[in-house]
Parts: sequence; C-alpha cells; structure tokens
Amino acid sequence: MTSLTVARKPVRWRRVALHAGCLAALLVMLYPLAWLLATSLKPADEVIASLNLLPSRLEWSNYSTALEGVNDVSVWRLLGNSLLIAGGAVLGNVLSCSLAAYAFARLRFRLRGPLFAFMIATIMLPHHAVLIPQYIVFNQLGLVNTYWPLILPKFLATEAFFVFLIVQFMRGLPRELEEAARIDGCGPFRSFFSVVLPLTRPALITTAIFTFIWTWNDFFTQLIYLFDPDKFTLTLALRSFVDASSTSAFGPMFAMSVIALLPIVLFFLAFQRFLVEGMASSGLKG
Amino acid sequence: MTTTDVPAAPDRRARTPGGATERRPRRRREGAAWVFLSPWVLGATVLTLLPMAVSLYLSFTDYNLFDPPRWVGLRNYTQMFTEDPRYWRSVRTTLLYVALAVPLQLALALLVALALKSVKRGKGFYRSAFYAPSLLGASMSIALVWRAVFNDGGTVDNLLGTGGWVNRPGWSLLAVALLTVWQFGAPMVIFLAGLQQIPPELYEAAAVDGAGKWRQFVSVTLPMLSPVLFFNLVLQTIQAFQVFTPAFAVSAGKGGPADSTLVYTLYLYDRGFVASHMGYASAMAWVLLLAIGAVTAVLFRTSRSWVFYASEGDR
Repeated sequence: MTSLTVARKPVRWRRVALHAGCLAALLVMLYPLAWLLATSLKPADEVIASLNLLPSRLEWSNYSTALEGVNDVSVWRLLGNSLLIAGGAVLGNVLSCSLAAYAFARLRFRLRGPLFAFMIATIMLPHHAVLIPQYIVFNQLGLVNTYWPLILPKFLATEAFFVFLIVQFMRGLPRELEEAARIDGCGPFRSFFSVVLPLTRPALITTAIFTFIWTWNDFFTQLIYLFDPDKFTLTLALRSFVDASSTSAFGPMFAMSVIALLPIVLFFLAFQRFLVEGMASSGLKG
Repeated sequence: MTTTDVPAAPDRRARTPGGATERRPRRRREGAAWVFLSPWVLGATVLTLLPMAVSLYLSFTDYNLFDPPRWVGLRNYTQMFTEDPRYWRSVRTTLLYVALAVPLQLALALLVALALKSVKRGKGFYRSAFYAPSLLGASMSIALVWRAVFNDGGTVDNLLGTGGWVNRPGWSLLAVALLTVWQFGAPMVIFLAGLQQIPPELYEAAAVDGAGKWRQFVSVTLPMLSPVLFFNLVLQTIQAFQVFTPAFAVSAGKGGPADSTLVYTLYLYDRGFVASHMGYASAMAWVLLLAIGAVTAVLFRTSRSWVFYASEGDR
C-alpha cells in the first residue's frame, strides 16, 4: 500500500509541474498580445514611461481617433478594402486550387507525373524570383495601383501549397461514389461538382481560412502594388501611421492594430480545429 | 516494324465498334482533365515559368521600368559580388538571421511538443494557444508591438536595462529573430502530430530492455521523429531566407541601424522598388533562388544519413 502511494505521488507532482511549466510559457507567449491590448487603451503619457502593463484609466478616445483613420481615409474604408482583397483571394484559391487538385488526384492525362512534380516544386519557389516580371507585366497592363495584381493570381492556382493540400485530401476519398456517379451517367464535371466537391469541404475550409489569414497579413505585395491612400488596406495604413506620427499617437496606432488583428483572432477562435488539424497533417503526409 | 503492322491492321478493324465507344470517352476524359487544369496551367506558365525566364533575362540588363532594358552582360552580378558592400552585409545579415531563428524556433517547438505529449487534460487548449502566434505573428500589428517592446523605454529595456534592442546594431537582429521564434506553434503542432504516431510498443520494448527516459528519447523518439524534423527544418529554413515584414517594421523600412536588419529581401526591395534598378534586383532574386535551391539540396543530401524512414527499415 505505502509503496503504491509513494510511487503515485511523484507522478501527480510531475503533472502539476508540467501544467505550471506550460502555463508559465503561455503567459510569456501571450504577453505581446496583452501588451497590445493594454497599450491601445492607455493615455498618451503612460505608453512609454510606465512599466505598468495596466493603464491607470481606460482611454477609449484612442479608438475613436483610430476610427477616423489615416490620411483622411476612415478605418471602415480600409477595413472594406482589406476584406475585398481577402475575400477575392479566398474565392480564387478555393475555386482554382480545387479544380487543379481534382485533375491531379483523379483524372488521367499525359505528363501527369512531371506536371505534378513541377507543381510540388513551385511550393518551394521563393516569391521574389517571379515578383519583378509580374510587376512589370501588371505595370504594362496599367493594373498597378488596382487590386487585380493581388486577386487575379489566386484565380490561376498560383498557391500550389493549397493544390497539394486538396490533392492529399481527395486521394483519401473512396472512389466508389464517383464510380457509382459515372455508371449513373455523370461526366467528370457533374461528378466533380455534385460528388467530390461536397466531400472535400473540410480541405476547402482549411484552404479558405489560411488564404484569408495569409492575405490579410500580407504586406510585401500590397506595399509594391498599392499607392493611393484610399486604396490602402489596414496593413498599409498601419505602416503609414508609423511614418507619419510621433510617439504621442501610440495609443491610436495600437488601437488600430487591435482593429486590424481582430478578424484574424475571430477566425482563429471560430475555426481553430480546422487550422491546427490542417497544419498538423501537412507535415505527416508531405 | 511492317510485319507487326500488317497483322495488326485487320485486328484493329475487327474491333472498331467496341473500340470506338471505349476510346472516345477516354479521350473526352483527357480533355476534361485539361479543362480542370486550365487555370493552373495558365498561372504556371504566365505567372511562374515565363516570369522566371524574363527575370533571368533582366538580370543581364539595366532596366528602370521606363526606358527599354539595356544589355549589360554580367555587370549586375560582378557589381553585386565585388563592388557592393551593402549586398554582402545583407547576405551576412540573412545568414545570421537564419542561423539564429531556425534552430531556436525548432528547438522550442520540439521541447513544447514533448511536454504537451504527456499532458492529458487541456491538451487541445494548449495546442491552440501555442499555435495562435503563428497566425498573428506575420501581421503588421504584431511587428509594431515588437518594435515598441524592444525600443528604448520598452518592456525589454525596462526589464534588462540594455537599452532598446532595435536601436543597437548588435542586438536589433536578435529582436527580429525572436519574433520568428515566437511563432514556433506551427512546427510544434507538426511535431506533436508526429510524436503521437510513434507506436507505444517501441517505448515498451525499450523500457523492457532497460532504456531510461533519455535513452528512449535518443533511440526511439529522435529517429522516429526525424522525417518530421526534416520537413520542419526544410520548410522553416526556406521561409527564413525570405523574411521581410518584421525587418521592415522594426527598422521602418531602412534595414538599420547600420544595416544590422537589412535582410536580403529588404535590400532587394530597396534596389528594385525604391531605387528602380530592376535589372540588379532581378539578379539578386536569381541568386536568392539558386541559394535556396542549393541549401535545400544540401539538406536533402545530409538527410540520407540522419533521417530514418520506418517503412524503409521494414524492407
């Protein structure tokens, strides 16, 4: 009896220590987020000078100042621009990547092997290798300073990572359903839209969420393609906020940072299962 | 050739009715495949292959977007390698950044994954919470937080009394690297999934043979996890070579102080899109492409000696 309790005690202590360690690590990890939230509510004189994380009083005016926006463009406009680009990208990626993925996963065609290998290789390709000629082409077409360069490539399945993700998922689907559909007289298009696509929904949702978050966070492409302040996204506006203002505008700047981060946080809270599972499986099947 | 062709001819004719109905749908299916592929084919040629070729051509020219490109041979490359000290500083900064950020990030990811593996209650919560920075960390908002926290009078200065890291050439890159390390959640989740796939019998067998915890880690966990470790290493290294936003935000787009955060892509942006030297920037892009290709090839080479594939061992 005594030997049992002795043996059990260290296990429980280890479990407590494990949780304590994890929670401590979590606190350090979440500190930048707490700092952001606290600073967005601090009065101007407390932002830098004070070591205290919590504001002495809540300065909600930071948010009303932030809502007025930057360069005479309101935050609602910036938010709308960001949503438009992210929404277009989501639609484009889901549509074009699932089409290509179906061909790679299920249909036979000449050069399938080499093309699939090429598609995988483009996942590793640094964006910068194609950036400048793409810019030149869009410049020649007069499409710089519009949203086309940011949305159009997504409709052409340029983000091969998602093609691969959907291929992997489709390969796991039972073939019997498609065969049944073919016997019933469905061509490849019918069977894609009516049978395969509905079954692929989890992979499509993962694609949609990652596309949304990555496009929302994207800075480099927006930086080189957009010039007019009224076409700016929240990300670009935040950047010009930094250039334009002194530390006295810290409160409003971080209030705007919170607004810019909010959609991602909401998406994360709503879809965390899909995101974490999607990430976890990418490493195992790859 | 002709002898095989002659007897084949009547045979084919005889099968025509059945063969035709069988062959036509197959050809139609091949056609259907290309319809499904058409957006990707268009994107891969017009937005990937063609631009790569054009950028290779431009790297041998002087081009400022307005005047037609002027052929200069290898001058962009010789200038880059022999006459441009800022270029070499950007190379050194990037290599230092990769060497700092990737091992630290992966070590932390592995450590946390190992800890979470034995957590029973609340595992899902921890996993999601540790993963969250991977989604938020690429944003401008967090990059601005980083700049403030590591600035003079920021939290780090107040706690350690070192002054703001972002203003000190020896420290600024570490601040940028720590932002990458902070996003260890993505590789951690992949590690954790890999750990959970290791059959428990292996640990039981090792324990029966008298292996302690450390021995089990070295002889069971590490070899079984090596494919996942390799995947994370390749992915994070390729990404780290292309870091841009945090270096831009921390230095307000300048790569300072004293070029200490001038990572490769930031200098490429500066040459191409600020100074309008598109030819020079194209040459830089091609060197980056080749460098990443070379590093990936070396990683794959060395992987043969340390990555263990279980299915291979069975054979």
